[in-house]
Amino acid sequence: MRTDPLFQTVTSEVRSTRTVSLSFNDQALEVPAGISVAAALLMSGINRFRATPVSESPRAPYCMMGVCFECLVDIDGVPNRQSCLIEVAEGMRIRSQEGARDLIIQADNVQTAIEQTVEVQS
Amino acid sequence: MNDHFGGVVEAVDVVVVGAGAAGMAGAVALAGLGLQVVLLDEQGSPGGQIYRGITLAPLSRRDLLGAEYAHGNVLAQALASSSVRYEKGAAVWQVTRDHQVSYLRDGRLRTLQAKAVLLATGAMERPFPIPGWTLPGVMSAGAAQILLKSAGLAPTEPVVLAGCGPLLYLLGWQYLRAGVPIKALVDTTRPEDYWRARRHLFAALRAWPYLRKGLELMRSLRSARIPHHTGAEQLAIEGEEAATALTFTVAGKAHRIAARCVLLHQGVVPNIQFSQSLRARHVWDVDQLCFSPVVDPWSELDVPGMFVAGDGAGIGGAQAAALQGELAALGIAQRLGRVNAGQRDERAGPLREQLALNLRIRPFLDALYQPKEANRIPADEVIVCRCEEVTAGDLRTFVALGCAGPNQAKSFGRCGMGPCQGRMCGLTVTEVIAKARGVSAAEVGYYRIRPPIKPITLGELAGE
Repeated sequence: MRTDPLFQTVTSEVRSTRTVSLSFNDQALEVPAGISVAAALLMSGINRFRATPVSESPRAPYCMMGVCFECLVDIDGVPNRQSCLIEVAEGMRIRSQEGARDLIIQADNVQTAIEQTVEVQS
Repeated sequence: MNDHFGGVVEAVDVVVVGAGAAGMAGAVALAGLGLQVVLLDEQGSPGGQIYRGITLAPLSRRDLLGAEYAHGNVLAQALASSSVRYEKGAAVWQVTRDHQVSYLRDGRLRTLQAKAVLLATGAMERPFPIPGWTLPGVMSAGAAQILLKSAGLAPTEPVVLAGCGPLLYLLGWQYLRAGVPIKALVDTTRPEDYWRARRHLFAALRAWPYLRKGLELMRSLRSARIPHHTGAEQLAIEGEEAATALTFTVAGKAHRIAARCVLLHQGVVPNIQFSQSLRARHVWDVDQLCFSPVVDPWSELDVPGMFVAGDGAGIGGAQAAALQGELAALGIAQRLGRVNAGQRDERAGPLREQLALNLRIRPFLDALYQPKEANRIPADEVIVCRCEEVTAGDLRTFVALGCAGPNQAKSFGRCGMGPCQGRMCGLTVTEVIAKARGVSAAEVGYYRIRPPIKPITLGELAGE
C-alpha cells in the first residue's frame, strides 16, 4: 500500500535523469537508477515492507546496511532478499513478504520440489 | 585444490574483507608491498559505510556531506590506481581458520585460499531497544545517513533525532545543510555525563581538530534553534501500524512529539560476526560496552594469519581505521616475508604516532556518550530479538528457568535465531542476562556465531 513517502530527494541534489521501471505488489513504480531497492521503495511511499512470521507485525528497513534484515522482500520470485543491498534494475518485480502465510506457500513449493525430485530419482 | 564443498579454489596472497576505510587503506598498502591482493566487498561501490557511495555521489551531494566524507575519495582513488583486485557485490559467507574465504557473487559461489586474511568489516550501530522501535518509520540515524549518501534522500516531514553520539549530531548538521527540517533533537546525554567525561578532556584537547569539529556541529545545531531536549529518559515510540510520535521524560516531565520518522542512535560497536565465527578470543570492553576481538600490535588475532583492522577491532573512527589498515598490511607483509621486522617497525613509526593522536579523543567521547543503561537493558515489554519477537521479559523468564547465556536463550525461545543471526540483539541479550543473573557481561559471553555469515540458498551452495 502506498502512502505519503517518508523520504524524498533533497533539494540540492542534481540527479541523473536515468530511471528504471519496477513493480511492488504489481503496482508500477518509476525510480532513479543506481539506488538500492529499499531506498527506491521508501521514496515511492512504501513504508511497510513485510509482516513478521511470528505475529504478522509490520516492518520496514531499520539499518540500511545489511545488518537488521528488516527490509527482506521477494524479488523476481526469490524470497528473503536484502533490499538495502540490491540495486534497482529494469523490470524488477518486488513483493512484500506477508508473515507466516507466505511461509506456508513456500512450504508447498518445497513439498512440490521434493515430490518432483523423488519422481526424477525413481 | 578444492574447498570444503568440492569447488575449485583459487590461491592468492591476501584477501581483504570489506572496502571501507581500513579495507581500502590496507589493501592498497598490501599491494604496494608487492602482494597479490583481492578485496571483497558486499556493496556495489567502495567506501564502506562512512564513505558510502563516495565514487558515485554527485558533487552536490559530496559537498553537502562535508569534507570528512569527501576525504574518502582519496582512498577510493588510491584503490582504483592500485593493483588490488577489487570485487564488488561479493557477499562473504564463510572465513576459515586456515585462511579460506568463500563468497557469493552474481549468484555464483567462489572460494579463495589466502596466506593471510585481513577482516575490515567495520562497525554497526548499537541496538536501541525501546518500546515501539520495531515500527515502520523508526530507523537508525546511520540508516538515514546511508539514504542521504547513497541515494540523496532525506525525510519528507520534520524529523526527530533521538539518542546520543557524534553520528547523531553529524546527521543533524548534514540535514541543516540540506535544508531538511528537524523537529527536535532528543538527547539522552545528561549534565553529569559532561562531569564524568571531564577527566578525559585534557587528552581530547590534544586532538583539537576533532574536538573543534564536534563543537562546530553542536554550535550549528544550537544556532539553527532546533528544540534540543537534554537528559531525555523513558523514550518510547507510539503507533500501531507505523510510528506516530516519540514520547519521553525530562526531569520527570512528560513530553510527546508527533512524527512519522524517528531516527535513533546511541553509538556504534564492532561488527564481530567473522572474528566470532573464527572462535578468536574476544573481551568485553568496559568503556565502549561491547565485545571486541583481542589483537596484537599488528592487528593479528590469536588465530595465526588472521587480522582485524578498523572499527571491527574496537571503535576508533574512519581516520584511525585507515591507519590501522596500513599497520596491519605491514604486519602481514612481514609475516609473508616481504619486509623484515626492522623495515616493518621503521615504516610503522609515523603511522603509530598519527594513530595515537587520532585515538586521544576516544576516551572523552566514550565517557560522554556512553549509552544509558535503560536504553541498553530495557523493560520487560520491549522486544529485544526483532526477528523472533523475543522480549526482555521473555529473557528474564528464561534466566529464572536456568538459562545462563545467549546460546541457551536460543533453545529457550528462538532468541537470536532469525534472519539477522543475532546481529541486532546480541549485545542486548548479553547485557539483559548478565543483569538478571547478577554477573558480568564478560562472564555471560556472546552468541556462538557459525557460517553461513550471509544468507545463501542450498541451490547456490550446490553450485546450481
